[in-house]
Amino acid sequence: MIEITMPRLSDTMEEGTVATWHKHPGDHVRAGDVLVEIETDKAVMEYEAYDSGVLSEILVAEGQTVPIGAPIALLDAPSAPRTTGATPTPAPLPDAAPGPTAGVPARAATSPVASLEPSEAGDRLVASPLVRRLAREHNLDLRQVHGTGPGGRIVRHDLTELLESRTQIHEAFAELRGPAVVVTDEKRGSEAVTITSTRRVIARRMSESARTVPHFYATAVADAGPLVRMRAELNEQLTAVGRPKVSVNDLVIRASALALRQHPEVNCSYVDDTATTILVHRRINIGVAVASEHGLVVPVITDADQRSLSEIGVETHRLHALANDRRLTIDDMSGGTFTISNLGMFGVEQFTAIINPPEAAILAVGATTAEAVVVDGAVQPGYRLRYTLSSDHRVVDGALAAQFLRTLTTLLENPWALAA
Amino acid sequence: MAVMTYRQALHDTLRDEMLRDERVFLLGEEIGVFEGSYKITAGLLEQFGPRRVRDTPIAEEGFTGAAIGAAMLGLRPVVEIMTINFSLLALDQIVNHAAKIYGMFGGQVSVPLVIRTPGGGGQQLGATHSQNVELYYAFVPGLKVVAPSTPADARSLLQAAIRDDDPVLFLENLALYNTKGEVPDDLAPGEIGRARITRSGHDLTLIGYSRTAHVAAQVAEQLASSEGLNIEVVDLRSLRPLDRTTLIESVRRTHAAVVLEDDWLTYGIGAEVAATISDGAFDDLDAPVRRVAMAEVPLPYAKGLETAALPSVDDVITAVYQTLDAVGRRHLKVGHD
Repeated sequence: MIEITMPRLSDTMEEGTVATWHKHPGDHVRAGDVLVEIETDKAVMEYEAYDSGVLSEILVAEGQTVPIGAPIALLDAPSAPRTTGATPTPAPLPDAAPGPTAGVPARAATSPVASLEPSEAGDRLVASPLVRRLAREHNLDLRQVHGTGPGGRIVRHDLTELLESRTQIHEAFAELRGPAVVVTDEKRGSEAVTITSTRRVIARRMSESARTVPHFYATAVADAGPLVRMRAELNEQLTAVGRPKVSVNDLVIRASALALRQHPEVNCSYVDDTATTILVHRRINIGVAVASEHGLVVPVITDADQRSLSEIGVETHRLHALANDRRLTIDDMSGGTFTISNLGMFGVEQFTAIINPPEAAILAVGATTAEAVVVDGAVQPGYRLRYTLSSDHRVVDGALAAQFLRTLTTLLENPWALAA
Repeated sequence: MAVMTYRQALHDTLRDEMLRDERVFLLGEEIGVFEGSYKITAGLLEQFGPRRVRDTPIAEEGFTGAAIGAAMLGLRPVVEIMTINFSLLALDQIVNHAAKIYGMFGGQVSVPLVIRTPGGGGQQLGATHSQNVELYYAFVPGLKVVAPSTPADARSLLQAAIRDDDPVLFLENLALYNTKGEVPDDLAPGEIGRARITRSGHDLTLIGYSRTAHVAAQVAEQLASSEGLNIEVVDLRSLRPLDRTTLIESVRRTHAAVVLEDDWLTYGIGAEVAATISDGAFDDLDAPVRRVAMAEVPLPYAKGLETAALPSVDDVITAVYQTLDAVGRRHLKVGHD
């Protein structure tokens, strides 16, 4: 019996959630077959079998989360040594449906208890009616619950921990707020929504960053007139030849990559307080914050300084599509050295972002706005683009941030150079 | 308060009802001179005379029909059919006449008839004399079917049956006649159609009636002392009408149920109970309702085979364990041990 364990699929992964089993108990498995899809902190990944055999038992039901290394299934491989410690397969229920044929003197089974084997569940979530009612009442996500009943049915007992933790959280909050504040769901019209693993990762990483990284912020503004005109002209030509358009964000990515090449000190990582070195990254990999349909993800455009503007445009399109399909791989999302977050499309003029560790800086990009600008002492219509660099003061000082921003501004104000 | 046997409770109730209401009279095979095959009517011929305690020929259809006619004309006959197996000979009278007359004739006339009859296997009486075919009657609108398990219920439900204006099949059980229990002196007539929770619990609802109500109680006691389980026991007492409310309310507390019957499984009382629970307590069920019944064979005569075919305490315990396993509770218990 081979124990299949929760694999480590990314550097930051600590636990994984079984998303979909592609094999079911009794299925023959060949090495290389896709066994299961695992949802990590970053993506849903397929996991292949290393050994051939028969899948004898699934230990972790779909939706359940376990730490790396925890057994998730047992594979009966003829050649494999039987490991100890594996959970034994429970004996099947005696099927005691008696043979109803009159005149057959023998009992069909050892007991007159009616019983049928649980039916194959397929993709349907198997939960007792009581569990379904409790899930409705408490807004529980049953996909995160491991069913221990027959055929993996989720039964009341399986909810005990979840319901107790709910109660504990409620009690903890009640304690924090003190007895004077009564949390009434009615008053707030609150509804408990289960935290997704993406959300959990964002919560953990962002609080860690905000707590441990000394941020400072520097905002710059570019005359975006040339950028607006250049982009319009360029897109007209691109459309004419049937190529995809470039966005302002693509231009910002390209400009940032080139600015980072000029200021490699920004393209670095502070390791920790005990380290004697900081890491300066030779490659410029720019993460692009994407508000996908499934939450915030940050796919990475590797070697962004080596790519042409249209290559960057094509790549961001591809990554957006993958993000919406939840098909981004760990590879797509790892290895960033700098991040760009753009809320300009929502009309935000400027904002500050929290650094995505272990990067040293993040650029928060606002909208290109039409406004009155002063040129040679006269007010005239123009365009402005504002962006704020959040920097890790442990490795980036104010002057460096300012120099980086000046380079960036120069590049954005001379956009044809970006297309070169 | 007196402690008496189930047999004595029936005897005393018949006598008291005959004393109370002179329209009440008995008829059946060998109930008079022989004092009944199971001695329920001992002494009653002597006390009330042959007009009110009538020995009949061995002709179930005939004397049941005669009783129906007497009931239609205002008497309160209590028929004894020696065992429920023989009631099949009177099936047409019971099903097509007693049950339907009130409805078919626009309520012009009621049939206040009681048919007392024992069922029960396990006495080595062979396949044709060991059945529990109360289901056939519980199936029929127009009939009431009661199945008391204790001397007190035997008394209160027999009183109720005799005073009821509809035909009532009163199910006794050979294995219960010698069981003893307390019977309050001032016991009021029972309410037909009311189950009773004979033991409160929260781990599982165990449902029985007649003899199986005792099996259920025994299992509950046994598992309480051996496993610390807290099983609720429901004694149906009445099969028609069925007390659906009590069943549903119990399962809403316990979230699991096992139902026992002394008869075959397929289409049985247990099936009706399980369907009732599914209908009324679906959202409270944590596991399917399980049924324990006898083997689907004509009951063997040989003692070993007969015992094996009837549902045993062990069979019930197995079903209880399987149900508790299915809801994860026994697992919890084992984990604590």
